[in-house]
Amino acid sequence: MDFNQSADENLFDRARIIGKPHKRIDGALKVTGTAPYAYERNDVVENHLVGYPLGASIAKGRITRMDAAAARNAEGVAAVITALDIDELPRADSNVAKLFGGDLVEHYHQAIAVVVAETLEQARAATSLIEVEYEETPGEFDLDDAWKRLQDRDVINEVGDVDAAFERAEVSIDEIYHTASQSHAMMEPHASIADWCDGKHLTLWTSNQMIAWSKKALATTLELDEADIRLESPFVGGGFGGKLWLRADAVLAALGSRETGRPVKVALPRPFIFNNATHRSGTVQRLRIAANKDGRITAFDHSAISHTLPGGSGEDAVNQTRCFYAGENRRVAHHAIDMNLPEAADMRAPGEASGLAVLEIAMDEMAEKLGLDPVEFRILNDTQVNPEEPHKRYSDRHFVECLQKGSEAFGWRERNKVPGSRREGQWLIGQGVAGAYRGAITMDSGARVRLSQGKLVVETDMTDIGTGSYTIIAQTVAETMGVTMDEVEVRLGNSAYPVSSGSGGQFGAASSTAGVYAACLALQEEIGKRLSIESPRFENGRVVSGDQDLGLFEIEGEELVGEDTLHFGDFQDEIELGTFGAHFVEVAVNAYTGETRLRRMLSVCDAGRILNPITARSQVLGGMVMSIGAALSESLSIDTARGFFANHDLAGYEIAVHADIPEQEVIFLDTLDGASTPLKAKGVGELGICGGAAAVANAMYNATGIRLRDYPLTLDRMLDRLPAI
Amino acid sequence: MTSTTTFEKHRESAQTRSSVALTINGQRHELTLDNRTTLLDALREHLNLTGSKKGCDHGQCGACTVFIDGQRVNACLTLAVMHQDDEITTIEGVGGVEHLDPMQQAFIDHDAFQCGYCTPGQICSAKATLEEIRAGIPSHVTKELTGPIELSDEEIRERMSGNLCRCGAYANILEAIRQVAKERA
Ligand code: FES
Ligand code: FES
Repeated sequence: MDFNQSADENLFDRARIIGKPHKRIDGALKVTGTAPYAYERNDVVENHLVGYPLGASIAKGRITRMDAAAARNAEGVAAVITALDIDELPRADSNVAKLFGGDLVEHYHQAIAVVVAETLEQARAATSLIEVEYEETPGEFDLDDAWKRLQDRDVINEVGDVDAAFERAEVSIDEIYHTASQSHAMMEPHASIADWCDGKHLTLWTSNQMIAWSKKALATTLELDEADIRLESPFVGGGFGGKLWLRADAVLAALGSRETGRPVKVALPRPFIFNNATHRSGTVQRLRIAANKDGRITAFDHSAISHTLPGGSGEDAVNQTRCFYAGENRRVAHHAIDMNLPEAADMRAPGEASGLAVLEIAMDEMAEKLGLDPVEFRILNDTQVNPEEPHKRYSDRHFVECLQKGSEAFGWRERNKVPGSRREGQWLIGQGVAGAYRGAITMDSGARVRLSQGKLVVETDMTDIGTGSYTIIAQTVAETMGVTMDEVEVRLGNSAYPVSSGSGGQFGAASSTAGVYAACLALQEEIGKRLSIESPRFENGRVVSGDQDLGLFEIEGEELVGEDTLHFGDFQDEIELGTFGAHFVEVAVNAYTGETRLRRMLSVCDAGRILNPITARSQVLGGMVMSIGAALSESLSIDTARGFFANHDLAGYEIAVHADIPEQEVIFLDTLDGASTPLKAKGVGELGICGGAAAVANAMYNATGIRLRDYPLTLDRMLDRLPAI
Repeated sequence: MTSTTTFEKHRESAQTRSSVALTINGQRHELTLDNRTTLLDALREHLNLTGSKKGCDHGQCGACTVFIDGQRVNACLTLAVMHQDDEITTIEGVGGVEHLDPMQQAFIDHDAFQCGYCTPGQICSAKATLEEIRAGIPSHVTKELTGPIELSDEEIRERMSGNLCRCGAYANILEAIRQVAKERA
């Protein structure tokens, strides 16, 4: 089905099920621990071995010698495969660093061996018996050094005359900011079980967000036909972008299975994940904003660098600055600097999360300089068109309403306006606001719906990474086919099913439900043909046309199947599709220690039709929590001498915990975006992490009068500047 | 020299496998295990009780939380052979799909999870949190060390902070725990 123009009024505008709160249909499996995650597939795999990886202990260079004899002779060991035993495996387009093979070391903890043994204990112990010698080459690990060398930046994009606008500017700011490198730190480690016993057909039970991409990457890496690969990933214990790609767990498990002729399972050990897998690159950003005295922005100049292994793209922190606010003159430049840290790649809201963490502090600084309320300043500079290409209108943008509704609900007007002047006991209290923007990408998505033995079975390779896909897909089928939720069975995450959008870039919910809708329409057509009736209606479990009225599940004959893919048309290239929000935060900063505690946080979101307010709210809550972590504690600490992330476990890399999270509130605007999908929905899973960190920073400024521009906003950055007691 | 020799001898004679009898969810199991096997791996790898999750294997995330003789423990931080005759309860013993524990039901009611990977550990800790407060065991944030402990949000959050949730379901987990506390009161 082609989606070539904005949706008109349709059945979703009279919805019974879509847009209504439905508890997760996979909830009982998850609360009882019976949802099968990749490493636990004892239900489908027998007689497996266990693989344990070894990582390089240098950041850059070559392996000159590996001695695995002792490991091979160790108790229970079935096979040891070292990087020197096989040629470098071909890299899929989606992998920057190689996943295995050959003597080259491109980053710390790059996999250089796997030990396969009867048990985990045996494999792990034997791994420590492998001797490795290296020839190390110097690498580059310091982003600030790279920033200093970059004064002659190439302009990536300029509209208008930015230099002239700054010369004329009545008010301007020009500051440097840092965001930290971050780890996805999803709770389920990367894990796979591979059965490649015959060296030809590969079955992989894995934990991955993108079935079709991974299948393709596996075919390239292991030089297999895609037709010989089967992939299953029905439950994913969190991804956040870290499981978009094929990673070492899958490759090592497959190699181990081929070598031993038995299925092999590999989970990446937690302390290995931070340097072996991908992360979000830190950034250095310079942001200049110019405005007239009345508060209208006349120019933006935003440049940023991030690190990447050669060939990668880093973290593009300037993109949102091109389109979020009005202003005639604008220049952005992003430089992905080749460095020798582990592979930087996408993490939840890649680009925007880091970019808005900075842009929204800068907006607060400008508002202050202009003597304007930060909410009013943002409203004044709202735009309904892409300011770089004004002929492109936003299909549906209610950023102003987000700010207004949020102010109202939060009690923004009553806030203290003089930084550092509100005190409760030993705590300085402050409030801050930030805007949120994230593109609303759509991706072609397919599905199959079968009318089978008293139920409708929907199959798509879409994944549920905690996002609620199972539930919203069931809702889509129930709504479109006029049945109840109980009459729908959802099967996901299997390469045997039609290719979907997959889960990423907050495109999954909107795209995959659109694909499921298309498949339902295809099934309706089949039903019409079987019953020889024209344009039947599907309601209350019945098929109705003229004087015909038949129970859907009473249709006789062979199983009926509808399969289709929803293709998003080019018309979407000529409009701006986005999601918008506003975050309001209250913090307490300890006047003696500088310790910051969040007191409450409110996010207002404009993201089209909310398919399920329960699961969507949880998505936003989770994004807010991650933005609080990004603001206050998350940072991969780089050992700039040896080139690795030193705090590579969950004790050293500090994500927000229960005690860090105060009262949270989410408000969804009641909006519809017909230009996005037939369901008029947009994604919301990444909006929560966009801008939230800046709202915390701005609240801390309001509390203390100290402007922090470097994340994470830890107390050591404030100690010498706290107001006198 | 002497000490090395003694050590070597000891190592040679050391037995690397041991038998252990555990009662898990009311059922007695006799196992012969590699001494290095954690309780978590004994459950997941030897008994097919995969409800307890492995998030870190280092006592840093709480996904593996189980009860040993009624107390919550990170199962990845203790060896199975240390638990001769202990009574262990895992999420499978807390409740199944057809007979949910009130805490499991409350987690569903409040959407207190997303990916579900931290969830069994959260549920075990949530039950333990209420028990510990009821039993008057103080925490870092308890203000009054004598007398009953107030069941405040702060107490609950503090006691749940060993259970990480990267999906960020904390607010909903708190609501779920409150629901159960209310039902009990
Ligand atoms: S797996 Fe035991 S605490 Fe993380
Ligand atoms: S539900 Fe995913 S980590 Fe808690």
